Amino acid sequence: MLNSSLVALAIISGIVAAGSFAGFLARSHRKMDLEQWTVGGRGFGVVLVWLLMAGEIYTTFTFLGASGWAYSRGGPVLYILGYQPLMYVVSFYILPLIWEVGQRHGLQTQADFFQVRYGSTYFAAFVALVGVISLLPYVQLQLTGLGLIVEVASFGAVHRTLAMIVAFALVAAFVFVSGVRGVAWASVLKDLLLLFAAVFLGIAVPYRYFGGIGSMFWALAHARPAHLVMPGATSDLGHAWYVSTVLMFAVGFYMWPQFFAASFTASSGNVLRRNAVFMPLYSVTMPLMFIVGFAAVLVLPGLHNGDLALLTLVQRTFPAWFLGIIGGAGALTAMVPAAIQILTAATLFAKNLCRPILAPDMSDRQVALLAKIMVLVLTGGALFLAIHSSISLVSLLLLGYAGIAQLFPGVVLGLFSRRVTTPGISAGLCVGIGIAVLLILTGRDPYRGLNAGFIGLCFNFAVTAVISLFTQVRVAGFEEALPAAAALESGEGAIT
Amino acid sequence: MRRPSLGAILLGLVPFTAVCFSVALWDRVDPMVLGLPFNFFWLISWLLLTPVCMWGAYRWERRARPTPGTNKAVDVEL
Repeated sequence: MLNSSLVALAIISGIVAAGSFAGFLARSHRKMDLEQWTVGGRGFGVVLVWLLMAGEIYTTFTFLGASGWAYSRGGPVLYILGYQPLMYVVSFYILPLIWEVGQRHGLQTQADFFQVRYGSTYFAAFVALVGVISLLPYVQLQLTGLGLIVEVASFGAVHRTLAMIVAFALVAAFVFVSGVRGVAWASVLKDLLLLFAAVFLGIAVPYRYFGGIGSMFWALAHARPAHLVMPGATSDLGHAWYVSTVLMFAVGFYMWPQFFAASFTASSGNVLRRNAVFMPLYSVTMPLMFIVGFAAVLVLPGLHNGDLALLTLVQRTFPAWFLGIIGGAGALTAMVPAAIQILTAATLFAKNLCRPILAPDMSDRQVALLAKIMVLVLTGGALFLAIHSSISLVSLLLLGYAGIAQLFPGVVLGLFSRRVTTPGISAGLCVGIGIAVLLILTGRDPYRGLNAGFIGLCFNFAVTAVISLFTQVRVAGFEEALPAAAALESGEGAIT
Repeated sequence: MRRPSLGAILLGLVPFTAVCFSVALWDRVDPMVLGLPFNFFWLISWLLLTPVCMWGAYRWERRARPTPGTNKAVDVEL
């Protein structure tokens, strides 16, 4: 056992080291000012933007969580296959316009966008706060996933807490040296490994135990027919839940500050539109993760924690070195998204919360320094939560999503409507978050079959519309904050 | 303000209808296609069909509103 765990852990460490090295290389020969660190100097083309955005889609939740949901909940896991293509459809219409506003005003963060569009520093700071708070459970989720991987790969020899501490020292160091460009390149290695892991496991596991994917589903359809359709193994995740959850995730995804800000890294709005067309193809590895989870239903019945289904199955089926490769891929899928989540939260805190509200005369250099300090503080905070929190991972992610999706009306109405007002948007945001958080924390998600975040979003839109009707539209500087009618000055915008 | 053209919006509504609103029609195990339960097969097909719809929307947008100042050489640069 000890020998196997050493082999597996050595391979995981090697993969993590290779990923960090790729990130470190990417920074060479570039001066690291705040703009280069956060938006890569705004010069990313189709390939890098693709890598950055795609690199963020596969997180620990999709690696361990998708197979885990297929195992423990069954049919409702299909919501992941439902929302993934649709979030790109939504991005097709809004990201090029967000990019255009970003280009004209030299924007670096999501809160910057709210600042120029709604003209209120306090509202922008509130949006930044919503972003930072929603991101913390997401980072915590990556940490916990990483802990699970090391624990299983060491056959229980390394304690989860120790594993999380070591890994996140690595992530913080990684964020420090490389910034956004390094993260994009590290995700190349991560995605290649994940692609390999998904294709291999999705085919080999059903083949090994059932003789093929078709026979696996045939066996499952006869043994547990209800498991494959909604509501699966749950009582309340039916079709209404599916529709409301898919809608909330599809509009909520690009409201995450890190994905929103990733659009600023593109070299043109057209890059983003073309990316949106082809990104759904990137999700084709997801069904393979589901297949592993479905196979585990018959092979490993009775696991207490569904998130362990994939790793336990690999551990029981393959030699230790192979568990090491899968574990390494899983470790990178935790570290790369965590790195960019921390980078985003730290920049938001320094640039949009601390400077405008507490210390208006900070220089850009001081903001960059504060952001780097915040990397350590926020990583430490997430680590503390991961070690001490008892809330389940699924509820953490739902809470984060339900909060962040409430920014959607502010973005989409901000881009397309002249009539929406700052008091309207602010009131809608507060009501939406309040209702979603209240329903989730009192254990009423789903409420009457509907996703709690979706209910919050409906109230959010309604309150925004009503208040906007009764308040004055801001006049000063309003027109220029909107995307231009047709022409845009390419190359030289507001940035110098 | 530049709103997306109607054609591009209608093309975007196709995947929304197919994978979201119509869930009650396709969420079943039979008939199994290519060894996959029908709901699974249906959603995987739409991972491939959504880009087809959005490619149509992309072409439509470009024809309806050509964007000046976009440079092909910049687009493919890393």
